This record gives sequence, structure tokens and C-alpha cells, in this order.
Amino acid sequence: MIVRIMGEGQWKLADSHFAELNRLDDELLEEMESGDADGFRRTLSALLDEVRDIGEPLPDDALEPSELILPSPDATLEEVREMLSDNGLIPG
Amino acid sequence: MSGVMKRMGMIFRAKANKALDRAEDPRETLDYSYQKQLELLQKVRRGVADVATSRKRLELQLNQLQGQSSKLEDQGRKALALGREDLAREALSRRAALQQQVSDLEVQHQTLQGEEEKLTLAAQRLQAKVDAFRTKKETIKATYTAAQAQTRIAESFSGISEEMSDVGVAIQRAEDKTAQLQARAGAIDELLASGALDDQSGLAKDDIQAELDRLSGGTDVELELQRMKAELAGGPSASKQAIEGGTATPQDQQQQSSQPRFDKQ
Repeated sequence: MIVRIMGEGQWKLADSHFAELNRLDDELLEEMESGDADGFRRTLSALLDEVRDIGEPLPDDALEPSELILPSPDATLEEVREMLSDNGLIPG
Repeated sequence: MSGVMKRMGMIFRAKANKALDRAEDPRETLDYSYQKQLELLQKVRRGVADVATSRKRLELQLNQLQGQSSKLEDQGRKALALGREDLAREALSRRAALQQQVSDLEVQHQTLQGEEEKLTLAAQRLQAKVDAFRTKKETIKATYTAAQAQTRIAESFSGISEEMSDVGVAIQRAEDKTAQLQARAGAIDELLASGALDDQSGLAKDDIQAELDRLSGGTDVELELQRMKAELAGGPSASKQAIEGGTATPQDQQQQSSQPRFDKQ
């Protein structure tokens, strides 16, 4: 599967890692919804490290869509919340 | 309940699909999208240029503040040499306030540099994808009928539109940060212009300098008098002692005068 880290590019990961990423992803959502900024920061860092660590960077000229998309490392809890809402920050 | 990554992916895809429904003939959509990509590339390049402009302005201000700061340090030293501890204290406390500004600005400067770097890389990534898209677009238009093209277009389209959304967010964030910094830089410009800091024009002399000049002027007269008195008395010149503000022993003077001089012409 392909994962995008916003502001950094895309990584290709073996599907076998999906369960672990999913677990962290659920944790991230929980922290976002409960407003736990420190936990959110920690989990996001862990997720990003995991993706960069086990993934293969996709070349810049690849035109493949990503299955999963992660916020950039310096994204705040509020920004991510905003992006996931209907009037999100994502242009287009 | 899906996590953040999955939701974000769905949102991006929904945006891409919405963009696809624009034209009757999907091949027109290709051209339309390509135009949009080029526009976005322009915007990213302008963004990089704006960040660079802000960065340079900050650098200019940093230089001014640092110049002012070392000037105050010199003034402090001079005031102390003239025995005016109160004046030295004033100069040094102003310098401390300036140093605070300087370190704040240095942090901002680093932020901007990071932003500039990220945007430059984002522009490179987008450029590579736009080039790939153009090639693919021409292939699709040449090879498939409008009906067949639909799926091909959808494939290449979601990849590029995702990149565009990502870069769009990056540009937005860079613009916000730059605007904040511009406002701050404006405040510092006002501070520099109001004479609270040296305006670098050299026209407006600050009060510490005025006082120091007055003191040095007085000192020069004093020194002159001392020298004349010494000459009249036929004794050794006392001027060196007065200038250096220390008490030079005859032994010191002996050593200094016996040292050879290597003045470069």
C-alpha cells in the first residue's frame, strides 16, 4: 500500500504492516477527539517514524494515489481536526 | 470508526473525484487539470519567492539590530572608561533588551529557512508529477476514445490531485507564517524608524552618544590642560595616564617605550 506524509511525499509499504499502523492510527484519532495534544504529538511522531522506517520512498514522478494520508510532522491537533471536518483546510 | 490516516485518504479522494466531474469529455478534463497544475506550480514558486523575501528582510533587520547592539556595548565601555557607571549601565540595559529582540528574530529566521526549504522540495515534487502527467495525458488522448479514456484518466488524476491538495496546504501554511512574520518585521521597522533604536542615518544622535561626546569633549580639554601643566612644570607627560584611565607605574611606561613598534605603513 502507499502512504503519503503531507509535505514530504509518498512511501510504499508492505501490506503486512497495516495492522500496526492501524493500531497507531486509531490511537491518534482517539487523542485528537479527546484533545490530548501531547499524546497526539507522540503518536503522530511514532506513526511517521514507522512509515519512514519501513517504507520505500516513491519516486517524485509517480502518479499513484495513496491509500492512507498522514498529517505533516508539525501539524497541530487543531489543524488536523480542521482538515477532517467538512470545511477542511484542503484546497481544491 | 476509521482512524485519521484513512479518513484523510478518503477526503483527498473525494476531492479528486469531484474535480473529475467537470467536463463532458474526460479528455477536456485532462487539459483543464493540466492548466490548474501549471497555475499551482506558479503559485508555489511565488510562495517560495515570498518566503525568501521575508527571510532577506529579517536578515537585514538582524544586521541592523546587531550593529546597534555592538554600538551600545562600545558606548558602555567608553562610559565606564570615563568613570560614568550610570551611563554605562543605561547603555548595557538597552543592549540587553536589543539582544532579546535579536534572539527572537533568529528563531523566526530559522523557521522561515525551514519553510523555504520545504516549499522548494514541494515545488520539485509537484514539477516532477506535472511533467509525468503531461506525458500520460498526451498518451491517453492519442490512444483511447473518450469512453475508454475514463478509467485511465481517473487513475492518473487521483495521484496528481492528491499532490496538488498536499502542496495547496503547504502553500497556505507558508503564507500564514510569512504574513505573521511580515507584521512583526513591520513593527521592528517602526521601532527602527522612531529612533528608539538607531536609525542608521547617522543624523539623529542618541542621548547616550550625546552625553559621551560632551564628556569626551570635556576630557580632551582636561587632558590638554594636564599636558600643558606638565610641560610647564617640565615633568613627564600625564596624558597617557589620563587617557588609559589606569594608573600606569613608571615601570610600565618604561616597558612600553622600550618595546619596538611595528606600525604598518
